[in-house]
Amino acid sequence: MNAHVIPGVLWIDVGALNEIPRRGARRVATPRGDIAVFRTGDNEVFALLDKCPHKQGPLSQGIVHGRTVTCPLHAWNIDLATGEPTGADAGKGCAPTVTVRVENGRILLATGG
Amino acid sequence: MSAPTKERLVVIGNGMAGCRAIEEVLKRDGSRYAITVFGAEPRVNYDRIMLSPVLAGEKTFDQIVINDEAWYRDNEITLHAGRAVTSIDRAKKVVEAEGGLIVPYDKLILATGSDPVRLPLPGADLKGVVTFRDLDDVNAMVAAADAGGEAVVIGGGLLGLEAAYGLAKRGMKATVVHLMDVLMERQLDSSAGHLLQVALVEKGVQTVLSAQSEEIVGKDGQVAGLKLKDGRVLPCSILIMAVGIRPNAALAKAAMLPVNRGVVVDDQMRTGDIDIFAIGECAEHRGVAYGLVAPIWEMCRTLADVLTGKEDAAYEGSLLSTRLKVSGVDVFSAGEFSGGEGCEDVVFRDAGRGVYKRLVLKEGKLAGAVMFGDAADGAWYFSLMKEGADVTEMRETLVFGQAITEGLRGLDPSAAVAAMADTAEICGCNGVCKGAVTTAITNGVTTLDGVRAVTKASASCGSCTPLVEQLLTLTLGDAFKVDTGPKAVCKCTDKGHTIVRQRIVAEGLKSMPALMQALEWKTPDGCASCRPALNYYLLAAWPAEYVDDKQSRFINERAHANIQKDGTYSVVPRMWGGVTTPDELRAIADVADKFKVPMVKVTGGQRIDLLGIKKDDLPAVWADLNKAGMVSGHAYAKGLRTVKTCVGSEFCRFGTQDSTGLGVRLEKFMWGSWTPAKVKLGVSGCPRNCAEATVKDIGVICVDSGYEIHVGGAAGLHVRGTDLLTKVATEDEALWAICAITQMYREDAWYLERIWKWMERIGLETIRTAIEDPETRRALYDRFTYSQRFYRIDPWAERVAGRHAEEFTPLSRSMELA
Ligand code: SRM
Ligand SMILES: Cc1cc2nc3c(=O)[nH]c(=O)nc-3n(C[C@H](O)[C@H](O)[C@H](O)COP(=O)(O)OP(=O)(O)OC[C@H]3O[C@@H](n4cnc5c(N)ncnc54)[C@H](O)[C@@H]3O)c2cc1C
Ligand code: SF4
Ligand code: FES
Repeated sequence: MNAHVIPGVLWIDVGALNEIPRRGARRVATPRGDIAVFRTGDNEVFALLDKCPHKQGPLSQGIVHGRTVTCPLHAWNIDLATGEPTGADAGKGCAPTVTVRVENGRILLATGG
Repeated sequence: MSAPTKERLVVIGNGMAGCRAIEEVLKRDGSRYAITVFGAEPRVNYDRIMLSPVLAGEKTFDQIVINDEAWYRDNEITLHAGRAVTSIDRAKKVVEAEGGLIVPYDKLILATGSDPVRLPLPGADLKGVVTFRDLDDVNAMVAAADAGGEAVVIGGGLLGLEAAYGLAKRGMKATVVHLMDVLMERQLDSSAGHLLQVALVEKGVQTVLSAQSEEIVGKDGQVAGLKLKDGRVLPCSILIMAVGIRPNAALAKAAMLPVNRGVVVDDQMRTGDIDIFAIGECAEHRGVAYGLVAPIWEMCRTLADVLTGKEDAAYEGSLLSTRLKVSGVDVFSAGEFSGGEGCEDVVFRDAGRGVYKRLVLKEGKLAGAVMFGDAADGAWYFSLMKEGADVTEMRETLVFGQAITEGLRGLDPSAAVAAMADTAEICGCNGVCKGAVTTAITNGVTTLDGVRAVTKASASCGSCTPLVEQLLTLTLGDAFKVDTGPKAVCKCTDKGHTIVRQRIVAEGLKSMPALMQALEWKTPDGCASCRPALNYYLLAAWPAEYVDDKQSRFINERAHANIQKDGTYSVVPRMWGGVTTPDELRAIADVADKFKVPMVKVTGGQRIDLLGIKKDDLPAVWADLNKAGMVSGHAYAKGLRTVKTCVGSEFCRFGTQDSTGLGVRLEKFMWGSWTPAKVKLGVSGCPRNCAEATVKDIGVICVDSGYEIHVGGAAGLHVRGTDLLTKVATEDEALWAICAITQMYREDAWYLERIWKWMERIGLETIRTAIEDPETRRALYDRFTYSQRFYRIDPWAERVAGRHAEEFTPLSRSMELA
């Protein structure tokens, strides 16, 4: 399941929504590796651990389209909401999701201590 | 005065909500209350949303009055117009209004609406800075418009756009300044926003997106212009702030009622006081303060029920829909179109009619709809959303609207088509009915193109193509085979690369949204296959005008380095023609030391690769290489890679020409150019071919009498020797010919198609004819040179200087310690 980072009480402000390009992503550095924070064309925000379920490719470096990111290494398509590969690669693992919300244009990530 | 037996109902606010509440109460029980209304505006109740048509000169004030004086009189309502309530005394149960008037109540309704937000910009208090809320504002704008000149509107939401449209209609030059990169971004997605922007230009409204206002400039106390953060000043004689509204909750707050953003109410519209209610924009229900009228009507019905004895009535919140009131521009939006998990988009575009529709389905239900150009079915979609109807069965036809969907409901597609009447319209663009299509087929037409030629059905937007194909199948049976046409670019479209490229040029399409609309893309924003291709096609067609979309580039081209399996990058500086110097080598060695580069390797392309560099270090690495005079080697690009050379006549005893010199010259001339796939060149000084020129995309073999130009080699996944294209006498001609071939390839090939594949597709002869014709060659060469004016720029130096800095830095390190 997606419980790598447990949604907890602590919300951390990691920056403004408009610091992430539309249809793009930015990395958030953490001691346990990067978190990729995505912004879709519709201004939705998602966060996943920055590791592709295939061979740990950095998903933050992929192309974002709809609610999907295409991994930069071997082009698996990952559903941003679930972290799961779609299409031909469905069912082959998943990138852990990180709880995220946007408030007053700021992006908040949940951290579980 | 009213009979003393009646309960006293006092309403604060003579607007949309206040008066509708009274109407609803009267409808239920006309004699229960003695009613008093206070209105801060000195006039009767009018339809606020119609202020936009009044501004545009499409309606008069009289036409938008909802309740005239007779209504107040006939219903024995006491109206205090032009008298604002100043306080509520809950203990005494009285309200006090301007002029000291005190009125007691048994039940009190707050319907004070909201106030427009005024940005605290320097100059905000200048004369001519107005908001858009009531008739006085409209009158101020009309007066300004009568004097002509320019108007600026801050805010590209519904109100701002309607204000700008109204002013433009009255002859002003109107410009909307919007903070976001999409107009009405709360209601529209970027595709619809783009279409709206284009449509507004036709209505005389210009838009400036992603613009931050800095200061309102004045002259003699009167507004003269708006200064933006980027330094631009937009002159204007009137400035409208339409940046949002704030619930007007001051009275409630002073009376110590719970107030959040608005006056907090429960499902019965009751505030913290059992006898005080709040409705309309001043109220906050379940955390939401609404800014549209539809929820108000629902609130008023519930409130009237509660006030007339139906205590269990409950308002449970509203789903919203928006329609823009700009004549001739049909925009509708409802529900959410960014629904998160499990959502599916259905997109329909009709370029001929300028239509864009996007439906968002979630768990078999319609969750959102955005429409531009044809919003006739808006109400139907909205009702499906409100009902929470299961639309799984209608999925295929839903986007075509109610008429087609209901016509086909419950039937399998072909049975449904069979069941359609002969008079049923198949092709909306050309008004062709089913009978006309079937008659054409019975008269001998057997293909889709045939139907198009004879009846014009499916010949315009193509959205009825599936229907026409079904008619062909129904009538001809197996004799009809669906013509799939050229291979589509990707699953977002039926169109092939060639047609896409042709239409970009023919129709002057210069942006991604314009292109996706014109070619009727089936997804809102493409996918990872088509976006890089489209971005390339646009850039190749319009080198000066097109603004590169970095988000549509593969990571290597976005980061200007090659991503490695562990997420680090490799850096390959140019070594022109494979020639280097001690200084360059020293600089490379220093970089390797300074950044602890794990591996330094000589590549197969005659240059040096620094592998394993952290992304955050890239700009610093480039800065050091730049300082030593080195630029990007584009080892990551669908563009010119290397020009491999041999030592040639300068040193080699067999050399016939200066192959190294020509290679360096070619590379210095052609570097930075983007191409459909990578391009590698080789120049060998004699037919011994030490530079392996005959397995390069374009290769030169020097001979005594000149230069042989070879094309279409490959030594990667596929190995293929080049074909000899032509022979020229001078180095200049060799350069011209090679640039011309490259340009022809740039303009014609499909994205990711290497030169050899392109050559096999179009034929060596076609290329030869073009290159051997001096005029064609010259024109191609000129277009290549023109494009190079914009692209022969070191991307590393640009990034060292700070361009796209966000690409190379984490968004935040605030979690590192968490
Ligand atoms: C660095 C280098 C290997 C080396 O250590 O020598 C190299 C490295 C890569 N090559 Fe190559 N190729 C290198 C010379 C070649 C050559 C030889 C040449 O250019 O003379 C070829 C065969 C010639 C040709 O292109 O036809 C070559 C044919 C390929 C191919 C197959 C292309 C094809 O159309 O068949 C790919 C895959 C692709 O591009 O899709 C590829 C892809 C790659 C990529 C970019 C794989 C990738 O997408 O990540 C490798 C990047 C490694 C990295 O992390 O930096 N590389 N690659 C060479 C860099 C040359 C340079 O200075 O720019
Ligand atoms: C130009 C324009 C176009 C719009 N277009 C649309 C549209 O297309 N669709 C849509 O759904 N919505 C639209 N709206 C929004 C819609 O008009 C509002 O949602 C609606 O009017 C809110 O009703 P209300 O009664 O809460 O507030 P209002 O209609 O503003 O009424 C509040 C009244 O209370 C009075 N008041 C305030 N304080 C006091 C006080 N202390 N004492 C006495 N009186 C007081 C005010 O003067 C005002 O007359 C538009 C709004 C504007 C301005
Ligand atoms: S041949 Fe090229 S693509 Fe394959 S592993 Fe070597 S460098 Fe990478
Ligand atoms: S690592 Fe993501 S697709 Fe291979």
